[in-house]
Amino acid sequence: MYKLFLRCLISVLFLLGFSLNVNAEFKVGFVYVGPTGDHGWTYQHHEGRNAVEALGIKTTYVESVPEGADAERVIRQLAQSGHDLIFTTSFGYMDPTNKVAKDFPNVKFEHATGYKREHSNVSTYSARFYEGRTLLGHMAGKMTKTNTIGYIASFPIPEVIRGINAMTLAAQKVNPDIKTKIVWVFTWYDPGKESEAAQALIDQGADIIMQHTDSTAPVQVAEKAGVWSFGQASDMQRFAPKSILTSIIDDWAPYYVERSIAARDGTWKQQDTWHGLKEGMVAMAPYNSAMGSDLVKEVEQLQKDLASGKSHSFTGPIYDQKGNILVAEGSVADDGMLAGMNVYVKGVEGDIPQ
Amino acid sequence: MIKIEKRNDLSRSIYFLTPILAIFLTLIGGGIIFYILGFNPIEALKFFFITPISDLYGLSELLVKATPLCLIAIGLSFCFKSNNWNIGAEGQLIFGGIVGGGVALLFYNHDGFYILPIIILSGAIGGMLFAMIPAILKTYFNTNEILVSLMLVYVAKLLLDYLVVGPWSNPEGFNFPETRQFSESARMPILFDGLRIHAGIFITLITVFLSWLILYKTYLGFQIKVSGLSLKTAKYAGFKGKTMIIIVFMISGACAGLAGVGEITGPIGQLHRNISPDYGFTAIIVAFLGRLNPVGIIFASLIVALTYLGAETAQIFLQVPKYTGQVFQGMILFFLLGSDYLLFFKIKFLGLKKNEH
Repeated sequence: MYKLFLRCLISVLFLLGFSLNVNAEFKVGFVYVGPTGDHGWTYQHHEGRNAVEALGIKTTYVESVPEGADAERVIRQLAQSGHDLIFTTSFGYMDPTNKVAKDFPNVKFEHATGYKREHSNVSTYSARFYEGRTLLGHMAGKMTKTNTIGYIASFPIPEVIRGINAMTLAAQKVNPDIKTKIVWVFTWYDPGKESEAAQALIDQGADIIMQHTDSTAPVQVAEKAGVWSFGQASDMQRFAPKSILTSIIDDWAPYYVERSIAARDGTWKQQDTWHGLKEGMVAMAPYNSAMGSDLVKEVEQLQKDLASGKSHSFTGPIYDQKGNILVAEGSVADDGMLAGMNVYVKGVEGDIPQ
Repeated sequence: MIKIEKRNDLSRSIYFLTPILAIFLTLIGGGIIFYILGFNPIEALKFFFITPISDLYGLSELLVKATPLCLIAIGLSFCFKSNNWNIGAEGQLIFGGIVGGGVALLFYNHDGFYILPIIILSGAIGGMLFAMIPAILKTYFNTNEILVSLMLVYVAKLLLDYLVVGPWSNPEGFNFPETRQFSESARMPILFDGLRIHAGIFITLITVFLSWLILYKTYLGFQIKVSGLSLKTAKYAGFKGKTMIIIVFMISGACAGLAGVGEITGPIGQLHRNISPDYGFTAIIVAFLGRLNPVGIIFASLIVALTYLGAETAQIFLQVPKYTGQVFQGMILFFLLGSDYLLFFKIKFLGLKKNEH
């Protein structure tokens, strides 16, 4: 009886194995860490996917994939089911992506925000979000009355520290008295925690709320409390129409389109991409006219200068909290220093959690 | 008038057949949902339940996913059978992972056959100690074990967060919240090249066998069963209730700890914030679906694991939302509880005018 059952099972599986047709059509797969409706990080990657789909290229996505043991299976399944190019859009997919890439040399992999490219079919890409932070700092320094900027930070990784520093430096330039207060929430997406953090910062006197987390909760809290705020990852204007001064937008669409076409036409090559305002991977939502047309003009000019390279977010002299020089006068921080940034600049309060 | 009566003539075979009925009803319910969504229901169910396990890799993944679920559910069955509601297996899993992972990091770049057993053992002990907190609070301070064990899940999660962000984070990892990759000697041996199925499955099978032995062949097992059926009888029989409560929590915690250590030394290979996609909570469904019976739990863990894999393939091939998997898990539980109700109670339709009282 048991043997018969086993035999039946094996033959059924065998038949199914044949019936699964693998077709040669070019397909692109996406792995998301959150739901497509988060209105932040994943939402913007999904917009990028839509742009690829609009070209007539077939795409597939898998959402809310935990960054644990499940990620490798999902990536492998996409590779196995005939996807030719796979974007894995969260840092936690770095090791699984490289592992799967080893077994599928003909499939191209693109990992967002990581640094490991262990095989020739793995590229990495990220955006210079800090350029956007420089613009926010300029606006924050001009708009604050209490000289206190509240910053909701996710994890003490270089990307987040870079943003805090870029913002603080730009704010100091227009307002030497500003202080940056930080609350670490240790999550990318948790509306409850994020709104508590926003409220705590407002209670401590912050009249500008900035976030390096993905939910719309902080801007909504700011709207209620009547303080200024900035949106993150996507244009969050409709969640806080009065209080949002602008949003930093991650625009992955041009990159996804370019890489998908390259992979389809056979011109895809391994690379490490770090694009900013110049290439449009970082974009700014419309500026709120409540800040006055003079300030809007200033910021628009600064945005142009950052894009053209005339200005740089990290121009010396830059000092750390203890007053040691980090970047000498007249020079700018190189990409290596930016990539590994793990100290605060002068003017940021508190210590980096270790 | 509708009257609900308790059945006295409950047959044992039907008791174990209802889970299968529940699964069958779930398939029908799922088919209807897929049909409403505009898919061919047969095709969609095939993508959901058969495609994921249509090759060796898929079968191996099924076992990888079922291994922790089965282990935790086996442990939970000891608690649930004796009327102890341990809801915090997730926390015990994480704490076991923390202790085991800590030992693995201690042995970083060391070689030796003894390293892995030490890690596994310390993971089990970690989970066990963590589960003893609600047990001791319950027995000596009369606290509610549901609340305590549940709240401790968040304690374990935050502790893990702290460790991987701070003291245990990878020194070469740019401050990203994860530890180093464990050395080879701290990893579960892979059973077949190219697949992820690892030696952890043997731990699970041994645990299943031992738990069957304890539950059905020992005095402790008898105590557990009697306490589950009636606490008063157990007291009257002179069973030491407190010791038993602590022991079932210890077993349950050790199993969850083993599951945690199996995950981090198996497919993950390091500690980070997401070592478990809520296995500890899903295992509660598994335990009940398996009728708190060791063999039943093996099958239940395979089926629930399949709903996870199915949700992924259905997303890839049909582009339905990820949450379909959760809908299926919910439906299985719903139909199981529903048929249980009908199993234990008779519904009598009486004439409107007749009034028996």
